[in-house]
Amino acid sequence: MLNVSIYRYNPEVDAEPYMQDFEVDTQGKDLMVLDVLEKLKAEDPTLVFRRSCREGVCGSDGMNISGKNGLACVTPLSEAVKKNKLVVRPLPGLPVIRDLVIDMGQFYAQYEEIQPYMINNSPAPAIERLQSPEERAKLDGLYECILCACCSTACPSFWWNPDKFIGPSGLLQAYRFLADSRDTATEERLANLDDPFSVFRCHGIMNCVQVCPKGLNPTKAIGHIRNMLINSAT
Amino acid sequence: MVTSVTSLGRSGLSDWMIQRISAWVMTSYLVFIVGYFFANPNLDYAQWTELNSSLPMRMFSLITILSIAAHAWIGMWCVLTDYITVRLIGPKATAIRIFFQLGMIAVTLLYVLWAIDILWGI
Repeated sequence: MLNVSIYRYNPEVDAEPYMQDFEVDTQGKDLMVLDVLEKLKAEDPTLVFRRSCREGVCGSDGMNISGKNGLACVTPLSEAVKKNKLVVRPLPGLPVIRDLVIDMGQFYAQYEEIQPYMINNSPAPAIERLQSPEERAKLDGLYECILCACCSTACPSFWWNPDKFIGPSGLLQAYRFLADSRDTATEERLANLDDPFSVFRCHGIMNCVQVCPKGLNPTKAIGHIRNMLINSAT
Repeated sequence: MVTSVTSLGRSGLSDWMIQRISAWVMTSYLVFIVGYFFANPNLDYAQWTELNSSLPMRMFSLITILSIAAHAWIGMWCVLTDYITVRLIGPKATAIRIFFQLGMIAVTLLYVLWAIDILWGI
């Protein structure tokens, strides 16, 4: 039997959050953490968590699994269980709505801040704006982000200043549009980032790189933004 | 774009660059001083005074002191804006943060002036 400890908090009933212990029979299988949560929910329907695609594409089930942020659907027990114990908490740093569900409003506000869409005011060509294979290759490692918030909620700089520091996820997306050959708002985008918080609150802690379930590297993207700022401002 | 009035360079890039350059200055000063001690194992007061009263050494010391001051200002400003915030300690945070920021800036400037006084008093 696997020991599972889960963060529980229902603000309508509980005065404060607590950890609830369960025992789950995994039948010796290396299940995903999400499978274990589903088993528990079948027993206790009051347990609340987000999930959707169950294959690491939608980014709904980001949570703190045995101390490390990750997607429950693609984290096997063999990675997460220590001494026959699985500890599941909500992503840290953002307000908890209930159990493992957090309010991601601040995270999305920072995403909105970087204008996550193509800006190009030149007349659109008849079919599409073409890119060379080399220009397209610059977007690899950037466009794959699924906005699960595992990285930003693992970042101490984002914990302290979630309203001012854009955070690794937003900055990875910021660079995705800065690096896009079809986007023409590079200077405006850079001008919006050149303050002591938006980009420069990143101190290279690299928790983001450690936890990203898609294997992306926000710290590297932040370095590229910094180099673009240096190129444009010196 | 987040505005800031008590950071040293007002811009993130400027603060970042000052932080890196001042780190290099401090490192080279440290390497020079330690190297000088090793190269002169029988260093006496007269030689030490002569070194420190020469203009190039005074300039090097002054640049290092300015680097320490700038580095400390940027670093302390980061620490204060991380931990003394309304989010962490409540509505009085802004007043407390401004108090500490101005105090930190005043102490830093006083140290710089004091150091200049010492350097040119040798």
